[in-house]
Parts: sequence; structure tokens; C-alpha cells
Amino acid sequence: MSSEKQLLEELTTEEYKYGFSTNIEMDIAPKGLNEDTIRFISAKKNEPEWLLEWRLKAYRYFITMPIPTWQNFKHPDVDFQDMSYYAAPKEKPKYNSLDEVDPELLDTFKKLGIPLDEQKVLSGVVAVDAVFDSVSVKTTFQKKLKEQGIIFSSFGEAVQNHPELVKKYLGTVVPSTDNIYAALNAAVFSDGSFVYIPKGVRCPMELSTYFRINAENTGQFERTLIIADDRAYVSYLEGCTAPMRDENQMHAAVVELIAMEDAEIKYSTVQNWYPGDKDGNGGIYNFVTKRGICKGDRSKISWTQVETGSAITWKYPGVVLKGDNSVGEFYSVALTRNHQVADTGTKMMHIGKNTRSRIISKGISAGVSHNSYRGLVKISKGADGARNYTQCDSMLIGDKCGAHTFPYIESKNESAMLEHEATTSKIGEDQVFYLNQRGIDSEQAVGLIVNGYAKEVLNQLPMEFAVEAQKLLAISLEGSVG
Amino acid sequence: MLSISNLQVSIEDKQILKGLDLQVNAGEVHAIMGPNGSGKSTLASVLAGRQEYEVTAGEVIFNEKNLLDMSPEDRAREGVFLAFQYPIEIPGVSNINFLKTALAEIRAYKGLPPLSAKEFLQLVKEKQQLVDFDAKLTNRSLNEGFSGGEKKRNEIFQLAMLEPTLAILDETDSGLDIDALRIVANGVNQLRSSGNAFVMITHYQRLLEYIVPDFVHVLYNGKIVRSGTKELALELEEKGYDWLKESIDTQNAI
Repeated sequence: MSSEKQLLEELTTEEYKYGFSTNIEMDIAPKGLNEDTIRFISAKKNEPEWLLEWRLKAYRYFITMPIPTWQNFKHPDVDFQDMSYYAAPKEKPKYNSLDEVDPELLDTFKKLGIPLDEQKVLSGVVAVDAVFDSVSVKTTFQKKLKEQGIIFSSFGEAVQNHPELVKKYLGTVVPSTDNIYAALNAAVFSDGSFVYIPKGVRCPMELSTYFRINAENTGQFERTLIIADDRAYVSYLEGCTAPMRDENQMHAAVVELIAMEDAEIKYSTVQNWYPGDKDGNGGIYNFVTKRGICKGDRSKISWTQVETGSAITWKYPGVVLKGDNSVGEFYSVALTRNHQVADTGTKMMHIGKNTRSRIISKGISAGVSHNSYRGLVKISKGADGARNYTQCDSMLIGDKCGAHTFPYIESKNESAMLEHEATTSKIGEDQVFYLNQRGIDSEQAVGLIVNGYAKEVLNQLPMEFAVEAQKLLAISLEGSVG
Repeated sequence: MLSISNLQVSIEDKQILKGLDLQVNAGEVHAIMGPNGSGKSTLASVLAGRQEYEVTAGEVIFNEKNLLDMSPEDRAREGVFLAFQYPIEIPGVSNINFLKTALAEIRAYKGLPPLSAKEFLQLVKEKQQLVDFDAKLTNRSLNEGFSGGEKKRNEIFQLAMLEPTLAILDETDSGLDIDALRIVANGVNQLRSSGNAFVMITHYQRLLEYIVPDFVHVLYNGKIVRSGTKELALELEEKGYDWLKESIDTQNAI
């Protein structure tokens, strides 16, 4: 017993692997938030007038909004005036070739294992957009994708090159008035990724954005907009890390997905922002609004998330099922340890006929962390034949953590079929001992058990990501059994 | 191979084993019998390294090493295998992946590289046949949804895969119908060799008809009170434990 406790001590104090920071000259907006800040950002990004107006409108709404109180954690005191809303490497904002990128920056992404060098990427299975603090550093494979009419670029570039598309879809899924952090994001968002897949095109590679927060006292507010036109298909991956800092940093992103007729969007996240130290100091506040709309008939949107980082994770990636026979899916593994908090789940809004949704949520809590599943399944009047299946499981490690479930169901249609299953389990000492007795040590045993538990979700991830996620789960839990 | 002397074990301040002695040599099969509550399963658990038992005196030497100083996983890597009375279910972890991990760990401990995928699958196939284990179960989650008999048979399959030097079978016969018992016994008999040893814990003589032991010991009230050959088991079957209890208790009274 005592040796296991020791192990626990050693391993929970283990340093966050991505905690280094990059020393690079930055162009940072002064701290504070007002209309001038927004004008500053908009000007930096050389934006058209309509976009500035859109931002200002969001800001004016933001300042009227109170901090919500319904969530299952104490909202931290956030001083919106005490952070900077724009930080960019001082070099040229956009690079034409890799040679022009600051070597320090290249090195950062190399350390993180993010390939920015197209030649070195394995047979071109993944195209990457790398976002460093407020700006996109480099988007790979743009040319190759362009041949098929696919647009994959930083948000800023899309505003310059495809303003009509941005204007048409921006804020149509997550309006700037959706919630306080969506409003904040709309006001100050700096960059992010933009994807457009034309009619009938199946995107030939995984598209990926890698987010890195580096600068101190800076919030990261990126915005992602993905449009899959009729019969298009795209699989999109998102990864994130941040340096270890004593103070908390804000990450308030917005992601909007739009799937037209017969289109399919698969969105996968492996979130590994800095979670804070073992006493709960520092870490990222990950307050994100993600929503997709299945606009066309028979379209499909699938969210998969593996959440292991952040001091607080607060998000509900949802799907508006507007088209008839459209499908929404949500697969989630959220792991919390030490003082981490996760309040996450999904919203499935059934509007069209015969719409289907499937929710598989696996929470794992260790240490003194709290892990909540919160989900809403809403069946509108016209959603004849709608079906939902929800399964939310919680696993507890140790006896000081908490697992909570808040499922909401609103059905206005009698033909709807809803199923809900929930379980809570503890990693049993019996299970660990059984594996020990076969020569497997406790750490590896916990890794196996947790990965087995999360398998249904991990199976949804693209191959390369699934392996990473498995490792991440095992590493994050090292020594948590005691 | 295994030498237990004066082993005394308590759980929550209650003494269960009160000075147990046992010698097991390579190539031997020992049966340990005894009434409920005599300490049979405690012995199995202590040898495997369960944490909740406290060893208050005595020693256990396994292949010239002090077994009680080792972690459960190191005991397994040294070659101690416990076939559980109640095998544990682990959802989502495939039987085959689990075995691959276990085998790789045991081999690494011995300084051997892991088997290649091809070699491993070959071994799986071979051992499945040897102990008559259903290939379908190999790919399922570890013991999840297995029947009682399938779980026991999986223990024997794992035993075949991991090739320990000392196998402790904790009431492996309990809950098995006669066909399953025959298959399990057959598996064990296939695995017997001059290099390994078996300690079978059982209530019933029935198992010993299929796996013939070299020695039979009776455990009563935390001690081995009688040792003999397979005839002792027959005598027990005939007369019951009460006969033995009475004679022991009378001795103690004198």
C-alpha cells in the first residue's frame, strides 16, 4: 500500500511534458478590453468594415452579460481587463515558405511533434494549420488541397481571400449572443482555421489545427469555421498545449460546423492544455463553444473529444439536426485529476424528421477532481421518428474525487425514442491485482483498464490520434491508484 | 522450488495461518484440502502477494529468493501464477492484448525481447489447442460476460500462455460441471512437466481423480495437520473432515 502511495506522489508531481515556453519577440496588445482593443485587433488583421461592426456588436452585448451561475463549479474570478487579447510573433505575420519562419518557432512545433515541413509528413495524410498565440503560423498542403477546390487556411486569410464565404456563414451556428464567452470570442477572436469542402469532394487527407498558447497573460480566442457542401466529407483534428504558468490563462474558442445535404464532418479533439500543478495553481480555463448544424438532409456531424488537460474544461459540443434523416454523434472521454474540473457533455437538438443522435460519454476522475457530464437532448414538435441513445459512464479512481451527471431531456414529439444508460464504477483494486498477478505493474494495469473503459470513444479517433490519445490517458493517470 | 516455513498470517488482527510449513519440489503436484475457513485461500493470496494480508512470522523461499519481499508483479515474473477462484472481469481490454502485455512484461524481466506478432499468434494458437480453449473467447474482453466455466478455462489458458514454474490453482474446480472439469484437468495434465510444480487448493476429492497429486495435505485451523499421498484424499472423502477435526482437537486438548 505504502509503495503505491509513494508512486502516486512521485507521478502526480511529474511535470507537464509540454510546459516549456518559447522565447520569441512578440507583438502584444496592451492589457485591457474596450472598443479600442477590438479596433486594434481588427486593424492588425486588416479586416473589412462589416467584420469590425460584427465584433463591436458582440462586444456591446458581452458587457451586458452576467457570468453564468448554473455550472457545476465555482466560476473563477476572471478580470477581463487584466489580460491581453492579441499576441503575435513579431516577424512577418504570414510566411510564404518555411525558410521565412522564425527558427525558434519552428523549433517549438518540432518539440511538440507537429510537422510543418510538408516533405517530412508521412505521405501527406495530415495537413496542418499551426496557430501560435493569436496567429496562424503556417498551413501545410494548401496547394494540393486547392487542386480539388478545398479551402484550408487560417481564419485571417479566409477573411481576405474568401470574404463572401466567411460573411455568409460566420455566426450562423453559434451566434455572438449565444453565451458570454461566445460573445467575448466574437469580439476579440484573433485567428483560427477555415475549411470549405466543395460539393461532392471527399477531402483526401485529415485536416488538423494545432493550437499553442505561449505568451504570458494572454488569452487565446480562436475561431474555426468548417463548411462541408453537398456530399462533401472532411475529417478534422484539433490538438492543443500550453506552457506551464503560475497564473491561469483563458482559452475561449468558438467552433462552427456546417454540413449540407449528404455531407459529413468528423471533428476530433485531443485537448491537453496545461492543467495546473498538483495543488491546483495555474492552468488553462478552457471555455469553448462548439456547435454544428446538419443543415441538409442525410447529413452527419460527429464530435469526438479526449479531454485530459486544462484547469477547467467547460464545453458542450452539440449538433442541430435540422435536415431530415440527419445524424449527430458525440463521443467523449474526459479525464480529470489533481484539482482539475470538467463540466462537459453535449446538446443534440432534433428538428428534422427521423433524425438520430448518439452520445457516448466516459468520465474518469482521480485525485480531488470533479468531473460532470451535462447533456441536453431536445426533440422538437416536428421531429417525427427522432431517436437518441445516450450512455454516460463515470469511473472513479480513489475516494476523494467526484463524478456527476446532469442529463436533460425535452421531448415535444410523441413518436421520439430516447434511451439513456448510465453507470458508475471504481477502478477496483481487484482488477489491478489481477493484472499484477500476470506480471503487469500497477501503472500499466491502470492504463490498460482505463483504455479498455474508454475504448468505444478512442475507436472513433483517426488512427494516428488514437495511439496518441491512448498514451495520453495512460500517462495522465500514472500513479493515480493508491 | 518452494519452501514455506512457520508462515503466520493475519487479516485485520485475526490470525488465519498459524505456522504453516510446506515443501514443493519441481515436477510435483500438491493438493491442499481442508474445511471452509481453514486458511486455504489465504495461503494462495499471500503467495500471490495480496496487500491486505499481514505476514507476522515465517518465510517463503521461492527458487532461492525471498518471495515475501517481492511485489505481486515481480512474483508473477519470477514464475508464480495464481489461477483465481473468482477471475476478475476487465471490460474493454481484449484477452489477447492483455496476454500480449503480460507475456512481454514477463519476458522483459528475464531479459528477453517481446515475441513478434507472428510468433505470438502462433503461440496463442498452439496453447488454445493444448488446453482446448475456444478461440472466440481469446478476442473478447477479458472475462467480461464469460460464464463461470469459461472464466476458469481462461485461467488455465493464461497458465498455458505464461508458462510459470509454480502454479497455484485456487478452487479451480468449484462451479465446474463434469465436462468442464475434465477439460480443465486435461489442460493441467498437459502442462505438467519436470520443470514446474502445481499446488491445487480444493474442497473435493473429485478433482484429484483427474489430476492425480503426488502429495495431499490437510489444512485445518491455519496449519497443515496431515500429509500423505492420494489415498489420504480418498480417506477424507469417505470419512469427512469431522473425523480429522475430532482427532486434532482431541490431541490439542491433551
